[in-house]
Amino acid sequence: MMDTFFLSVGLYLCLLMVFSLYRAVFGPTVLDRLIGVNAIGSKTVVLLLIIGVLYKRVDMFVDIALAYAMLNFIAVLAGSRYFQKRKGLYEEPPYK
Amino acid sequence: MDKWPQNHEEIHFMNFVVAFLLLFGLVFFTGGGVGILRFPDFYTRLHPAGKLDTLGTLLMIAGLALYHIHDLTLSSVLVSAKMILILVFIFLSSPTATHSIVDAGMRAGLRPWTKEIYEKLEKNS
Repeated sequence: MMDTFFLSVGLYLCLLMVFSLYRAVFGPTVLDRLIGVNAIGSKTVVLLLIIGVLYKRVDMFVDIALAYAMLNFIAVLAGSRYFQKRKGLYEEPPYK
Repeated sequence: MDKWPQNHEEIHFMNFVVAFLLLFGLVFFTGGGVGILRFPDFYTRLHPAGKLDTLGTLLMIAGLALYHIHDLTLSSVLVSAKMILILVFIFLSSPTATHSIVDAGMRAGLRPWTKEIYEKLEKNS
């Protein structure tokens, strides 16, 4: 009963990640893509914990989730520090 | 024999609370996903991405930690404490990441969305 519930919650999270993937692929500026990647990463942490509950190995997956949260944070910081120097970002059409 | 139904009832109630937390987290994640898809420009898209994702992650990880603590052994309490550690880390790091993306946008010179720019674009197209 509870396993079916966790499985459906995980599948719905995957559907929401597809929504954010649209912004990460077709985002008009580079920073929009960064937002999409950040949103996918924060959903992935929860999805990893749900996978751990389903496999009954939460003690292993909780470490992976912690490492993934840290990696996501560092990647977003590095990406935003890198792309702030790109002048001419606003030459792309910012809105559609 | 009289111990079993009481225990069963308690687990049932706990599962109810866990399902409530997870479903509310999914509501906030859905709002964040729709906001990222539909808002008009970069700065307004950061608003759902920063706030709703943080609160959704908080509620869902709290629900999972509550689900895993139900047998109260030392190892399960330790794993739940690690989940609370992830929760605290995300509560600190997600707004910081959002702020750094806003900062990158301001330094790169992206202008915020206003109604005048939007009407000019509509007239040109």
